[in-house]
Amino acid sequence: MTGRLSTFAAALVVARRDFSAILFSRSFIFFLLGPLFPVVVAALAGGVGQKVQESTARPQLGIVMQAEDAAAMIRAHDALARRMGSGLPDFVVVRRLDPGESFDPAAALKGPRGSSGGNLAAVLSGTPASPMLTGPPERIAAWAGPVSLAAAQALGRGPAAYPAVRLSDTATSKADQRSDHVKTAQSGQMLLFLLTMLLAGMVLSNLVEEKGNKIIEVLAAAIPMDALFLGKLFAMLAVSLVGIAVWGIAVGGFTLLAGNVLPQLTEPAVGWPLFFALGVLYFASAYLLLGSVYLAIGSMATTVREVQTLSMPATMIQLVVFFLASFAMTQPGSPIELAAVLFPLSSPYAMLARAAQDAAVWPHVAALAWQVLFVAIFVRSGARLFRTRVMKSGPAGGKREKRGLFRRRRPA
Amino acid sequence: MTGNAADGTASRPLAIEARGIVKRFDGFTAVDGIDLTVPEGAIYGILGPNGAGKTTTLRMLLGIIDPDEGLRRVLGHERPHEIAHAIGYLPEERGLYPAMKAYEAIAFLGALRGLPLAEGRRRGRALLEEHGLGYAADRQIRQLSKGMAQQVQLLGTLVHDPRLVIFDEPFSGLDALNQGKLERMIRALAAKGTTVIFSTHVIAHAERLCDEVAIIAGGKVPFAGPVDLARDRIRPQVRLETRAHDGPWLQALPADARREGSFLYFSLPESGVEPLLRALIEGEAGILSLSIERAGLHDAFVAIAGEAAARALEEGAGDEA
Repeated sequence: MTGRLSTFAAALVVARRDFSAILFSRSFIFFLLGPLFPVVVAALAGGVGQKVQESTARPQLGIVMQAEDAAAMIRAHDALARRMGSGLPDFVVVRRLDPGESFDPAAALKGPRGSSGGNLAAVLSGTPASPMLTGPPERIAAWAGPVSLAAAQALGRGPAAYPAVRLSDTATSKADQRSDHVKTAQSGQMLLFLLTMLLAGMVLSNLVEEKGNKIIEVLAAAIPMDALFLGKLFAMLAVSLVGIAVWGIAVGGFTLLAGNVLPQLTEPAVGWPLFFALGVLYFASAYLLLGSVYLAIGSMATTVREVQTLSMPATMIQLVVFFLASFAMTQPGSPIELAAVLFPLSSPYAMLARAAQDAAVWPHVAALAWQVLFVAIFVRSGARLFRTRVMKSGPAGGKREKRGLFRRRRPA
Repeated sequence: MTGNAADGTASRPLAIEARGIVKRFDGFTAVDGIDLTVPEGAIYGILGPNGAGKTTTLRMLLGIIDPDEGLRRVLGHERPHEIAHAIGYLPEERGLYPAMKAYEAIAFLGALRGLPLAEGRRRGRALLEEHGLGYAADRQIRQLSKGMAQQVQLLGTLVHDPRLVIFDEPFSGLDALNQGKLERMIRALAAKGTTVIFSTHVIAHAERLCDEVAIIAGGKVPFAGPVDLARDRIRPQVRLETRAHDGPWLQALPADARREGSFLYFSLPESGVEPLLRALIEGEAGILSLSIERAGLHDAFVAIAGEAAARALEEGAGDEA
């Protein structure tokens, strides 16, 4: 005879079996490749977007003036463009008028690309001394200042000399920092969300497969249901850490090879090492929380269809939770952020975002303790649900009866 | 039911003690106040038709589910998981991980009951050899026939050398040859002191194997005790053939006597066989043959659980056949 297993030891037996089974399965390959799909899609979408942007020409200001006035305006533009950069619109001469000739500026704006081609957004007519802008109200309001400056330059009333401006670099400004931290937080949250959803889905299908193998009753008879749930969760967590290690090495290697080609994220407020450590901890926490919910769902469902039906609301709720955490990130210190931090399912996302924006460490200790408490509650509740909802029927008449969660079964 | 003095089970400690256990599902009472006491070392059958509450009872005894009311004690523990390492369980719906090798599957089932994996692997190979399946030790479960996979699971149930083994419908799905092997295995387990409890809806298995049975129907246990005690619930049946077909000796026969062809069938009167014989001889009935047969467990089941439960039992057995 053998000795009694503790809950932890029993969980370890299950975790060890699941870990080795998953690691050497095809699903692990898909798990490793999984994150590549959004990257590929994002790259494709980005490429298409860039093409679209490139195909849209920069808005131009058409000039309809007498020849020498038009030439003076072009010279003024060239003189100012070096200092004003994108603040000055591109000038294009639409028509050089003969003396006494009149022209309707609005006619130049008609047609898909204006009557004279190009990408006319407004037309400048009159003379440099009395310029007139014709075009949509917002556009002409925005261009009135630069046009006035260019007209003054054309009339020879612009500055004769420009004082040299000395440049003193700083790494960043407060506004830039905040914006960059938000970007880091967003990236962290997005990565956390994708990983968690992927894993929770895997743990769900793992349990359904287990029920298909009909081994679940053997497990339930031998070890406490809590141990079974914990074992399954820990196995998948270990699998995911292997996956993260593989991705980490791959991304790290690629970054080293690519140098500055990859987009650089600003260092989070707590620093990179702690941010990574917290990222792993919050990932584990988010996964354990969501995974235990999915396990409870998986334990109640008997078919893949039931799993899909039951997991859909959970997925939707998780999306809402993610959006809540994303929104809360932009409102640090607000009641919304506090709610996102306190609500167990959104807490890991909200806290990771906080790590990117706020250097304080103690809230993370408190938040992790809070999340661990809820992991325990979720696992215990899921196990109880499993015991009360599922193991209530023997296979009596199994060949004749349809199985289903919503069907009341006559126990054997 | 408790162990009785006749076979010496009264003095044995109890492997299972259940008092008034009740289980309800969504308002439906699946098990309704069952009392069971199983002495250690006994072969104990739970006999009843499909849907009677057998599996639910076993699951409560194993701690897979908890009773809503009542008390259960398994090998002295009120929480069965505390003593799970001393229990082996083979559910009716058998299943193993298809990708596992046979000896690994046995070791895994042992590990769930606290047996170290290395020892489980060693024992797994040895058990497979012992039962003529050594050649399949390194095959994956998915590569085995259904019968072989069932045997692997059975060996996995026993690999940790449990004190109590619970089988839920163990004969279901086995051919006659393997049913015989399983019966021998159950007897061998009992011979070395292991308590064996199994549920079945096939009376013949219970009759051949069990020291004691619990008859379960509609979530209740109308009888629990030694098999002989169940049979004694029915008077022995007499079959009589006489030369004379009429005469005053007929008065000596009980009211339930019926004639089928040249035979008369009736229950043995409570007064015994001697007054009956005397009446037949003195009445010049001319006895050609007379046999007295003790009631079988099937008749006892009909008498105890009722015709409807017996019909359901037969239908279940018929389905399986």
